[in-house]
Amino acid sequence: MNRIEIRNGRLIDPLNNIDRPASLFIAEGRIASIGSAPEGFAAERIIDASGAVVCPGFIDLGARLNSIEAELAAAVAGGVTSVVVPPDTDPPLDEPELADRLVHRAADIGRARVLPLGALTLGLKGERLAELGGLARAGCVAFSQANRPVVDTESLMRALEYAATFGYAVWLQPQDHWLARNGIAHAGEVASRLGLAGIPVSAETIAIATLVQLARDTGVRLHLTRLSSGAGARLLEVARSEGVAVTGDVSIHHLHLTENDIGYFDSQARFDPPLRSQSDRQALSDAAARGVLAICSDHTPVGADDKLLPFGEAKPGATGLELLLPLTLKWATEAGVSLPKALARITADPAAILGSDRGQLAVGAVADVCVFDPEANWRLLPEALRSKGKNTPFLGYELQGRVTACLIGGRQVCSGSPVESSK
Amino acid sequence: MHNPQLNAHGELTHLLSIEGLPREVVTHILDTAQSFMEVSQRDVKKVPLLRGKSVFNLFFENSTRTRTTFEIAAKRLSADVINLDIGRSSTAKGETLLDTIDNLCAMHANLFVVRHSASGAPYLIAEHLARVGRDDIHVVNAGDGRHAHPTQGLLDMYTIRHYKQEFTNLRVAIVGDILHSRVARSDIHALTTLGVPEVRAIGPQTLLPGHLDRMGVHVFHDLAEGLKDCDVVIMLRLQNERMNGALLPSAGEYFRLYGLTPDKLALAKPDAIVMHPGPMNRGVEIHSVVADGPQAVILPQVTFGIAVRMAVMSIVAGN
Repeated sequence: MNRIEIRNGRLIDPLNNIDRPASLFIAEGRIASIGSAPEGFAAERIIDASGAVVCPGFIDLGARLNSIEAELAAAVAGGVTSVVVPPDTDPPLDEPELADRLVHRAADIGRARVLPLGALTLGLKGERLAELGGLARAGCVAFSQANRPVVDTESLMRALEYAATFGYAVWLQPQDHWLARNGIAHAGEVASRLGLAGIPVSAETIAIATLVQLARDTGVRLHLTRLSSGAGARLLEVARSEGVAVTGDVSIHHLHLTENDIGYFDSQARFDPPLRSQSDRQALSDAAARGVLAICSDHTPVGADDKLLPFGEAKPGATGLELLLPLTLKWATEAGVSLPKALARITADPAAILGSDRGQLAVGAVADVCVFDPEANWRLLPEALRSKGKNTPFLGYELQGRVTACLIGGRQVCSGSPVESSK
Repeated sequence: MHNPQLNAHGELTHLLSIEGLPREVVTHILDTAQSFMEVSQRDVKKVPLLRGKSVFNLFFENSTRTRTTFEIAAKRLSADVINLDIGRSSTAKGETLLDTIDNLCAMHANLFVVRHSASGAPYLIAEHLARVGRDDIHVVNAGDGRHAHPTQGLLDMYTIRHYKQEFTNLRVAIVGDILHSRVARSDIHALTTLGVPEVRAIGPQTLLPGHLDRMGVHVFHDLAEGLKDCDVVIMLRLQNERMNGALLPSAGEYFRLYGLTPDKLALAKPDAIVMHPGPMNRGVEIHSVVADGPQAVILPQVTFGIAVRMAVMSIVAGN
């Protein structure tokens, strides 16, 4: 196994409160030492991280991998070493064999680790329970409906009870089916003006209230995905302060964009849940700054043809794996959040939500490591992305922060600009 | 944000929405329409402004009335008119909207008149034409989803100007289903652009979109209160499928509360005019006595509509 030294970098490990210039020594796929080399350590490879940040590999709480090879290459190019995949694949991840196949396929590709969410119900239809036990054995880390509803509240309660029995976590996107079903944009000023059917904030808050109450009653470990409103974030914060086992995340898009980015019907700004008002965006940013919400890419590659449609017919979502770091850094700068805190939102915090011991660089930890140049500027053009999804409202933006090396289990899986030297 | 309907010189190259149009552009369209009114009185009702040009009526959503008025307007401008009811042909075969557009571009279209059930569809077409370098092809929105129906908005302004001369001293009420109405949105933008000091929206909360105040509109839920001292009353059509369900209990209750009867109209100014984009539901949103009464200007609206559409097409495609 490779012995690697990553030298001259700024080492940031939010979980262990480390932020200092230090070399990182890796052996047998794990962190062997920080600062000085272990006795007898002879590096087979040295990565020069001068001017760069060395931190735990990112854990993305939500990325769709339509074409798994390209998307996992995109993940490591973006410093993402673990990817949580929602179950709304085609077909949905509702059978153990499907999950098993996905996990093995990802292992064969040998890029980012894939952590599938199993379907909570068969076909994500919200009716009959999927085989949660079998799915868990096949590698599913939690259970989810992706963005599909469980309309029948009794079925929802039973599903949560069943999951709680075995200690499985359930991840749901809080959105009331009835209030959201006809909508295509935030029920706000822009939708009123453009004549787009609206989805009110209450679609989110009503769903959160229901889910939090059921989490309280059933004791299930609940994770709320892709919050879109300030009121939703506040409900989550209150529930947490009352001791309910509930966590939440926000996408990089909802941290930066609002309903105004729809402009003249720009389908790149179509998201599920929808982009909301400036005050919602601000509240989500504040909640992320306080650590109430983790940050994810909500990576959703959409083919060009599926965006070249009238706004309401276009597919929602945007590419994100390679934007997770630069957009998190941009958020940190704009919100006045320190770099270690910002990195916690995409490393230690997602690890805690997953109950995983990754997302850190403690001695003995698995060496999932990201090295990035925080000052590197790059222009977001389609050809700059490895993902097959080129759809993003940030196209043409000048972004800051580029990954220069990425290690998974001590194995280098990507290198960017030539900062690497061998010995 | 670049307004996609104006070219680099600020000239109107597409008509997609009244929102964002400078007042001078709106006034210029109305003035041009006025000059065309006389054409319709002639024996030979034609001017050669669009001779040799092809106007494609692309109606992805059914409409006889609007399509016909566009057709008449284009023919009076001497254009060749091609009517395509695409509602169930191309799209049913899986062709995308932009594939259809590319095909029609290849047939040397000069102007597309587009009606589509999705809000924003004409913007998609206009942006596509810009992307593929067809700045010579123009788009006129003939109604997109709930968003806009700018030529209806303009003909409503023409009608108001015809009867009231000035805009800056008027109180205008729009009554009914504003939530689902592209006409209402276009009227609101046109009225505020032309400097109408008080635009009112009257209807139950279920039929009014949120944030109307941000569009400069005063909201009323009571018809009598809202009509008081108005100079212009614009009634909207209530679609059949919305008459009974979650939005309204029944057409009968709607008529009792929001139908324009002679008694209710008496609350407006004595010389108030009554408008309706058609087709009317007599006994639902409007009483027949009002619809056929001296204050109704519903048929003149239709006549003015042809002149306004001639003006719009000649301005966007006339050079």
